[in-house]
Amino acid sequence: MQKILLLGAEAIAQGAIDGGLSGVYAYPGTPSTEITEYIQRDKTAIEKNIHSKWSSNEKTAMEAAIGMSYAGKRAMVCMKHVGLNVAADAFVNSAITGVNGGLIVTVADDPSMHSSQNEQDSRFYAKFAMIPILEPSNQQEAYEMAYKGFELSEKFKVPVLLRITTRLSHSRSGISRFDLIEQNKNSLPGDPRQFVLLPSIARKRYKGLLSNQINFEIDSEASEFNKYTDGKDKSLGIIACGLALNYLNENYVDTEVPYPVLKIGQYPLPRKLIEKIFNQCEEILVLEEGAPIVEESLKGYLEKEKVKGRLDGTLPRDGELNPNIVGKALGFKQEETQNIPELVAGRPPAMCVGCGHIDAYIALNEAIAEFGAGRVFADIGCYTLGALEPYNAINSCVDMGASITMAKGAADAGLIPAVAVIGDSTFTHSGITGLLDAVSENSPITIIISDNFTTGMTGQQDSKALGKIEDICKGVGVDPEHIIVMNPTKKNHDEMVRVLKEEMAYNGVSVVIPRRQCIQTLTNKNLTQKLRELNLR
Amino acid sequence: MKTDIILAGVGGQGILTIAATIGTAALQNNLHIKQSEVHGMSQRGGDVQSHLRISDKPIASDLIGNGSADIIIAVEPMEGLRYLPFLSKNGWLVTNSTPFINISNYPDNQDITNEIKSIKNHIIIDADAMAKEIKASRSSNIVVLGAASPFLNIKFEDLEKAIRTIFERKGEEIVNINLKALKLGREFAETQM
Ligand SMILES: Cc1ncc(C[n+]2csc(CCOP(=O)(O)OP(=O)(O)O)c2C)c(N)n1
Repeated sequence: MQKILLLGAEAIAQGAIDGGLSGVYAYPGTPSTEITEYIQRDKTAIEKNIHSKWSSNEKTAMEAAIGMSYAGKRAMVCMKHVGLNVAADAFVNSAITGVNGGLIVTVADDPSMHSSQNEQDSRFYAKFAMIPILEPSNQQEAYEMAYKGFELSEKFKVPVLLRITTRLSHSRSGISRFDLIEQNKNSLPGDPRQFVLLPSIARKRYKGLLSNQINFEIDSEASEFNKYTDGKDKSLGIIACGLALNYLNENYVDTEVPYPVLKIGQYPLPRKLIEKIFNQCEEILVLEEGAPIVEESLKGYLEKEKVKGRLDGTLPRDGELNPNIVGKALGFKQEETQNIPELVAGRPPAMCVGCGHIDAYIALNEAIAEFGAGRVFADIGCYTLGALEPYNAINSCVDMGASITMAKGAADAGLIPAVAVIGDSTFTHSGITGLLDAVSENSPITIIISDNFTTGMTGQQDSKALGKIEDICKGVGVDPEHIIVMNPTKKNHDEMVRVLKEEMAYNGVSVVIPRRQCIQTLTNKNLTQKLRELNLR
Repeated sequence: MKTDIILAGVGGQGILTIAATIGTAALQNNLHIKQSEVHGMSQRGGDVQSHLRISDKPIASDLIGNGSADIIIAVEPMEGLRYLPFLSKNGWLVTNSTPFINISNYPDNQDITNEIKSIKNHIIIDADAMAKEIKASRSSNIVVLGAASPFLNIKFEDLEKAIRTIFERKGEEIVNINLKALKLGREFAETQM
């Protein structure tokens, strides 16, 4: 078969489809979004009725996937690294319940924070939950791990973490495919109590998970994804995890790496292979993308082992690796390079010309002036760019949903009025429960739900909030008189300022909804059709 | 044979179409390819880049190392300069001359031109004007690709074939306009070498 050119993310999607997937569950998040989007438009996936609709958030996605696995089918959950924080409760417990149909949790980490608020390493979570990890070094392996990951999950009856990073997710290469595996038939778990985590049952299952650890390790030792390659020069041994292997090899394009190399693609670490490289080599260099997890576990608390990596300064402690950083760690002289001319100016991302968020912020800035600065709690989405010049309109962005709850906490502390700014998709992701908290204490906060009918920042995916925001707010208990929809345009500026001032002066929860379609979606026929049906256009 | 290419521009200017065209030509020639690109946040009017690597041998890294790119292809002049640390000593900078100004502190155009001219191997092409001339103002990216085509180690006919593949869906007229744009860029480059 001819190779097909795929992004790492797409390779995972194709691998999962070919590996007998019955459903993918996900909430968008860079750099993981393209996995689900690929399955949504793939012909085979559509023909075979593979579930691929977006979930409200990562937790609901994780739980739905556990449900699909319970019913015997192969499921995948996809998210960005911070999404795993949201899904963590379900994720950690799924290691205790175990699976019926194969379950792969694919998490895309973002070292160097290309489009994220932190660079946490998802391997910590899998270690914490005590389940196996697969970490591809290239697009072909990404395909194969998705394809074979289901089998691994079903073999040990636990979920498997498939960990990738931005660079692999968003880089294309040629992929060779395997034969399509048919989907599992429905089946119930062999043990009817497997998924009932009452303490008495959970304790038993936890012991089972603990005793399985050695089997995971034995599997790692034999895994095709872990490979020991000998080298003549034993002064150094190199442990290269996932993508880091490529940066090592890039430094030896025309020659062989002179040192023994242990490539890691499956965890828990293959103990015997680690022992082998430790016994053979004087020093060990660990190359891993993300946090120094492997390095730390090999070094030990007393740092008796001669392990080099991110912890001793051989490699930078944070940020993404690249061929030069790794080359320097190997002692290669780095060539002098041309400088960036001084005149080159930064070009930060910005809200689009014609974006409704902009008009909302201009009105908010004017309305809030009389109350004083420092009281706008925002959230995550395109509107976070309101933190930058020339708007300087917001004072926080912590995690999805935190705008409403932080405003509430600040109001509790006496910062009144406090204002929250949240997007439509973020509101249904995790703003509703916070709104309920505010309503139940009648907190004096004004919540601006800037509704553009889409999940804009991540590439204009469907928004679960579409046509539902007012009803949700009413249902949660916001006084209908304080739910106000506005059209954020220049023409309506004065009206918006007046309404915002009034609502900020109100001693209770108000919801103001500036509503205008994201200009990036104007050519989206599907959305236009839906907006017409909902009388929103 | 190995070619390391940096593509530079502003979100929405079409560098991914350039990458797709070169990538398709490479694949049709059974070459190895790795192409890393920027998605997400940086697309909102921010700077975008793509690392494109083509070789007859397997390629290790998705990223190009410092000082080792054979060519920077820029659809915007200041963006081309941003990636100079990647350019090898004998590498080429092929850049559009039309600035994309969406920031208040955009530098003086003459200063940018002077910087570009101080680079040993460079081609500055007014791709926007040339594209307009053939009534293909949306194909200025392909004009730039044409100007870069002598340095890619890919036959011009293969790039033409790739253009056909990439734009096929959009109809014969669009295919022809882009073929014309590609040729125009190529002819200009040949007068500059
Ligand atoms: C837990 C978590 N999941 C996903 C993301 C990725 N993400 C960032 S912004 C965003 C979309 C926000 O959409 P919306 O609130 O409608 O605002 P818009 O971008 O449309 O203005 C998403 C999904 C994230 N940062 N954190």
